[in-house]
Amino acid sequence: MKLLVFTALILTLASPTLACETVTSGEMAIENAWSRATIGANRPAVFYVAITNAGSSDDALIGIATPAASMPMLHQTVVNEGIASMPHAMSIPIAAGQSVQLAPGGYHGMLMGLTEALKVGGNFPMTLTFQNAGDVTINVEVLSIRAEGPDCETDGQ
Amino acid sequence: MRLTYLQKILWAAAALASLAFGAWQFAGARAPSGVDEAPFRPTFALPDAEGQMRTPADFAGKYLLVFFGFTNCPDVCPTTLAEVAQIMDDLGAQSVEVQPLFISIDPERDRALGLAEFTAAFHPSIIGLAGEGAQTRAAANSFHIFFEREDDVTAPDGYSMSHSPALYLIGPDGDWLRQFTYGTPAAEILDDLQSRL
Repeated sequence: MKLLVFTALILTLASPTLACETVTSGEMAIENAWSRATIGANRPAVFYVAITNAGSSDDALIGIATPAASMPMLHQTVVNEGIASMPHAMSIPIAAGQSVQLAPGGYHGMLMGLTEALKVGGNFPMTLTFQNAGDVTINVEVLSIRAEGPDCETDGQ
Repeated sequence: MRLTYLQKILWAAAALASLAFGAWQFAGARAPSGVDEAPFRPTFALPDAEGQMRTPADFAGKYLLVFFGFTNCPDVCPTTLAEVAQIMDDLGAQSVEVQPLFISIDPERDRALGLAEFTAAFHPSIIGLAGEGAQTRAAANSFHIFFEREDDVTAPDGYSMSHSPALYLIGPDGDWLRQFTYGTPAAEILDDLQSRL
């Protein structure tokens, strides 16, 4: 019964708006910033986002920081010959005129040392550090642990 | 003349050998797809979150959708379990014929973190299994899958796990049916299941 209520709650609360907003800073457009709810604070959370570099010079995402976690890092899920591993990504290149997705099964932020559990419907700030564009702070929406992405009308595919 | 004859035989033998090798490679690459081979029945004996020992016999008559993972995994495992949850919801009444299993490859830590609440957060039908090291290795070997602990000073507790991230489908009689590689859309898996139910 508790589970049913929990599931129903997740389903009704999963009507994202924040994750669909676009934040622009200079030539960088950042959208679809979302995370999954966590069970407690002992397991790492995840961070996904879409970044578009509208400028004419290449840039790179070199770091992330948030008050929600003491040790956020950039990672990349790599499936090689049927084996998935998750190496640390020192930097994520964002070429001029290109979009890069941090999305399930690829690049993502791994948020270790959570300050508190991430709850559905909540949000937290995240500062993205770019090699050239500098720091950009955005809000990350917490979706259901079952979410596969924000359900935006016009998402940044 | 005799040498030429011998040469012919040798060449024929070489050709035959490379053909056989090619066929073996091909079959090897396809295994264990299982359709035209002898039945392949992966097995396991692992305790669930309540400590009750579970084996394939407990689920006889049901299709098993099996995933090997760990609960500290932020990307691949939640993504796959979210898909499984969606599939179970979409199956509706037919979902009683499908049993999703989450087999922990990091059992000690997963038991400490809480296995049942993790699987339940995705779908109440998912059963989590976490055994001892040897039981876990035996189950993985039986499914012909790989997992390995990787030391990583930047990871929680100083290690992470690399693993085969596919979903495995076992038939009601315990036969291996197929795998769904990581990233197979939930709708495709749903179609496949519905065609069997």
